[in-house]
Amino acid sequence: MQDVTTEKKEFTPNIVAFCCNWCSYAGADLAGSSRLSYPANVKIIRVPCSCRVNPTFVLKAFQQGADGVILCGCHPGDCHYVTGNYYTRRRMALLFNFLNYMGIEKERTRVEWVSAAEGQKFSAVMNDFVKTVTELGENKRLTDLRVKEGE
Amino acid sequence: MKDVELKMLERAKALLESGEVARVIGWKKGEFIYDPAPASFETVDELKDFVYNWFCGANLSKYLIQASKKEGKTAVFLKPCDTYSFNQLVKEHRVKRENIHVIAVECLGKFDVAKIKAQGVSSIVDVEVQNKEVKVKSFGGETVLNKPEILLTKCETCQKTHQVKDEEIILHDRPERDVNRFAEVEKLEAMTPDERFAFWREQLQKCIRCNACRNVCPACSCVKCVFDNPASGIAAKANDDKFEEQLFHIIRAFHVAGRCTDCGECSRVCPQNIPLHLLNRKFIKDIDGLYGEYQAGETDEGKTPLTSYTENDIEPTDAVNGEAK
Repeated sequence: MQDVTTEKKEFTPNIVAFCCNWCSYAGADLAGSSRLSYPANVKIIRVPCSCRVNPTFVLKAFQQGADGVILCGCHPGDCHYVTGNYYTRRRMALLFNFLNYMGIEKERTRVEWVSAAEGQKFSAVMNDFVKTVTELGENKRLTDLRVKEGE
Repeated sequence: MKDVELKMLERAKALLESGEVARVIGWKKGEFIYDPAPASFETVDELKDFVYNWFCGANLSKYLIQASKKEGKTAVFLKPCDTYSFNQLVKEHRVKRENIHVIAVECLGKFDVAKIKAQGVSSIVDVEVQNKEVKVKSFGGETVLNKPEILLTKCETCQKTHQVKDEEIILHDRPERDVNRFAEVEKLEAMTPDERFAFWREQLQKCIRCNACRNVCPACSCVKCVFDNPASGIAAKANDDKFEEQLFHIIRAFHVAGRCTDCGECSRVCPQNIPLHLLNRKFIKDIDGLYGEYQAGETDEGKTPLTSYTENDIEPTDAVNGEAK
């Protein structure tokens, strides 16, 4: 029988990835069908456009126990809605700097542009991001204590 | 200050008597010299309570949202910092400009009664100002204080000038000042994430979610606020959850990003003395650094930094503290 008290739990971060329907979600799909691996702890949420991501979504994700949040959208200039990701870029540049100012490390948040043809990039980005967040450890700063499991 | 007050009173009387305006928005005497409150005066008779003194720090521009929808014109006294908020409200179509008569009034900084009391002076009866010396008369006698030390936080770094006026009442020259309003933000930026988190944790855990910062904020002019939505999950104070007030203040600061004129009302009204202006100033500093200097409320038209873009904006990963990495 395993000794529960001495067993070392390896830390696997919870990652929430907001992927836009037109590029990055298809990019994730391509990564899957090309049999490229990316960590299973990346939870993808499909949004119509990266610009649909309200800053509250990012905060809520952290509140509900995410250790890192990443936004993926079409490359600037390629937005399905023409200009959506330009606004995302400004908003998130400000939000992530602001979170950093509040003490939430900047490395926990990221914006990446992944097109529908970039399955390879999607997998590489996710692997890299999970690695970064794993090194940072658990997010304790924005978590709502009520969602924590009793330990 | 007395001479300015008399001039203002004179104008208010004349405007009301001639029927040019239906109401005048200004400040009304409180119980003490240091608690004047914003008020609307509709008759000459009511003006007996009119006051303008060193404690009239309140920004009157937000009251114009309602007033400009009423019948008849509204005259309003605006200090330099209030005119930025006014412009912003006109720009956002909250205030009907044609229904407002703006009287620009001088402001040489306003006092924070808490700071005077902190220096051991209470029961204040009157203040007299000569340059940087402030004679505070109280029941305990007379005390001379240093003016910069008792100014409201928002006045400490103010360099604003009147951006809008239909007429003006200015009798005294304002001394020029050269201060860096981002000094405190920079100090925080230089800390480690742990220290920053500790700082904000300590400040924000004082928050009692009274919503005063939101209610006073001229940029918070939504008819229905996201925090009033009971389904939002962030509608009220939850005592068992230290995350809530953090979320509240992050969202609030983001909502006014690019529209905040740095009028400093949030910090002035906070009953817990949380330096809320430091949140907004961070956004202002980043916007200035990343997308070019921008002062909200300088004009009453044009786009804000968050409703516009350029094709070569900096990538979020490369932007650190308002600069390219």
